[in-house]
Amino acid sequence: MAGSPVTGFSPAAPLLDVKNLQVHFAVYGGRLRVLDGVNFSMRSGERVGLVGETGCGKTTMMKAILRVLPTPPAKIPAGEILFKGRDILKMRDHELRAVRGRGISMIFQDPTAALNPVFSIGEQVEAVIRYSTSPGKASSREETHQRAITALQEVALADPERLLRSYPIQLSGGMRQRVCIGMALSTRPEILIADEPGTSLDVTIQDQVLRLLRKLVEEKDTSVILITHTLGIVRETTDRVYVMYAGNIVESAPTARLFSQPLHPYTQGLISTVPRLTGGGIVSGIPGRIPDYLNPPSGCRFHPRCSQMMEICRTTKPPAFKMGDGHEVACFLYKDEAK
Amino acid sequence: MSMLNFLVRRIIYSFFVLLGLSIVIFIIARIMPGDPARMAVGARAPQWVVDQIREQMHLNDPLPVQYGYWLADAVHGDFGLSLVTQRPVTADIREFFPASLELVLVAGLLSALGGIGLGTLSARYKDTWVDNVVRLFSYAGVVTPSFVFAIFFVLIFAWELKWFPVIGRLSEQTPAPPVVTGLITVDSLLAGQFGTFLDALKHLVLPALALAMGAIAQEARITRATMADNLSKDYIAAERALGISEREVTGRFLLKPSLIPTVSILGLDIASTFSIAFLVELIFNWPGLARYGMQSMLNKDLNSISAVILVLGAVFVVVNIIVDIIVAQLDPRIRLSAARSE
Repeated sequence: MAGSPVTGFSPAAPLLDVKNLQVHFAVYGGRLRVLDGVNFSMRSGERVGLVGETGCGKTTMMKAILRVLPTPPAKIPAGEILFKGRDILKMRDHELRAVRGRGISMIFQDPTAALNPVFSIGEQVEAVIRYSTSPGKASSREETHQRAITALQEVALADPERLLRSYPIQLSGGMRQRVCIGMALSTRPEILIADEPGTSLDVTIQDQVLRLLRKLVEEKDTSVILITHTLGIVRETTDRVYVMYAGNIVESAPTARLFSQPLHPYTQGLISTVPRLTGGGIVSGIPGRIPDYLNPPSGCRFHPRCSQMMEICRTTKPPAFKMGDGHEVACFLYKDEAK
Repeated sequence: MSMLNFLVRRIIYSFFVLLGLSIVIFIIARIMPGDPARMAVGARAPQWVVDQIREQMHLNDPLPVQYGYWLADAVHGDFGLSLVTQRPVTADIREFFPASLELVLVAGLLSALGGIGLGTLSARYKDTWVDNVVRLFSYAGVVTPSFVFAIFFVLIFAWELKWFPVIGRLSEQTPAPPVVTGLITVDSLLAGQFGTFLDALKHLVLPALALAMGAIAQEARITRATMADNLSKDYIAAERALGISEREVTGRFLLKPSLIPTVSILGLDIASTFSIAFLVELIFNWPGLARYGMQSMLNKDLNSISAVILVLGAVFVVVNIIVDIIVAQLDPRIRLSAARSE
């Protein structure tokens, strides 16, 4: 949206504000109710972590924000996704294209799947760069090529000229991940979504990739949504954390506060699963697994696994209770303490 | 460089394929009942003439030796005389092959454009009425034999509406171009006879379309299935998420990987069109190879049967090489693994 002033948008308002977002998938035998009214917001410059078990809907939510879920089978029956005050779900194609890439950009989970196998790296990076230049400022072929080289140099890839001519299968996993990061950042996005960056790589490479990513977003002051399983990374790199369980945000708080005073039983369980160097033996984990989305549990979706379950949890979905200092928790245990 | 090696290797393999095919053809031709020498001279010729011919045709030698003679002749382009036309088989093939080739090339072009076009449309508008219409057409197209289409096309477009001529490669009053390639469209353009070119094209439309219908339907189905599958791939989501326009995502980044299975099947379809074209050639009175081959079979014309089969085998081999080249161009994974195995 560069250059076009958006009316009614003040810097104090959230940059991205997701309200009551629902995403369903039509499958044989019914509908998977994956996202069940998610609320999520972030301000400009913020680094937000999103944590939760595999299959809890983190990636689905991010794909919904960029409107890249395959529809059908996906369907968005309700919700708003406000980017700078404008609803992405209602945008026309040309407005949407201005948001994708330049507004919000995304690093996908699996770099091997996220690169088109039959196009060279150059063809892919250059296509992204061509569309990320503001309309009316058409760049020449040579300029695009130079920017592609810069994009690869920024992610510390050697010999970019040769890389641009290579195909994804000729690259190692770490190189592919760097290419994906370089591509996502080449659009100079306001928000970068990083979906479990480096998960598919070995630990040393993963560490390098994360350091690099952190350095780049700090240099450019990019707002970030970081999806990860690794709580240590969240603790080190984010300002605020959202905890997601089975398609719901169950808790959100400033990072330090969430780690020192986790409130939701699920968050407490999640944090206690992290092994500590100080000892304490084998971690306990949370018994049970993510529920079936075809027939999700009534009331609070976590109640079948919760050790502190009450009668009301079976029947009523808990709203988000405000606990002060930007801490919110969706759990009836805190109904009376809420401010 | 690696592409050249790949090509050379494919050509060497093809040579062995054709050699194997020639052995099979030769054995079948010799096992078939009836004395080729008797057939050649006719039922009323005296026995001593037959014996003389048997000696001339090396029929008294052991089979491997006979094959040696046959192969030596075949390599020089000599397949003997056709029993029906009483002309060298090679001359017959030289006359009929270009007519079929021209027909099949146009049919192939129609299959590629029609099949890929309809398949893309169907995948792009999946589960809407557009998709349903294309799918219905595809099922109908796959199960309906080409001669049925041929008869319908003649009745509707040639007989009733008179938009196209009914039979032959050129109208009677149209001057034929000097033969260079044997393809009338190409020859007429070479000779600068634009009217002849148009007339030849008009004659080609209906038979080529009738032949192509099955392949169009098949290609549409495959293109739709592959595209629908690739549409849910992460790289498509990633390309969209990074701001590439819908037109470029579908028309370029989705199309190229989705074409690979289609091209492979299209190659086989085009090659088999050659051999199944006989009814269409019969209906449109098209002087092509399939019709000639069919007549040879009905007349037990062994020399021409072997030659026609060998030519069809060569067509399959050539088309497959072309398909491999195109697929390697489309898919760097194949290209690179071919280079690595050097």
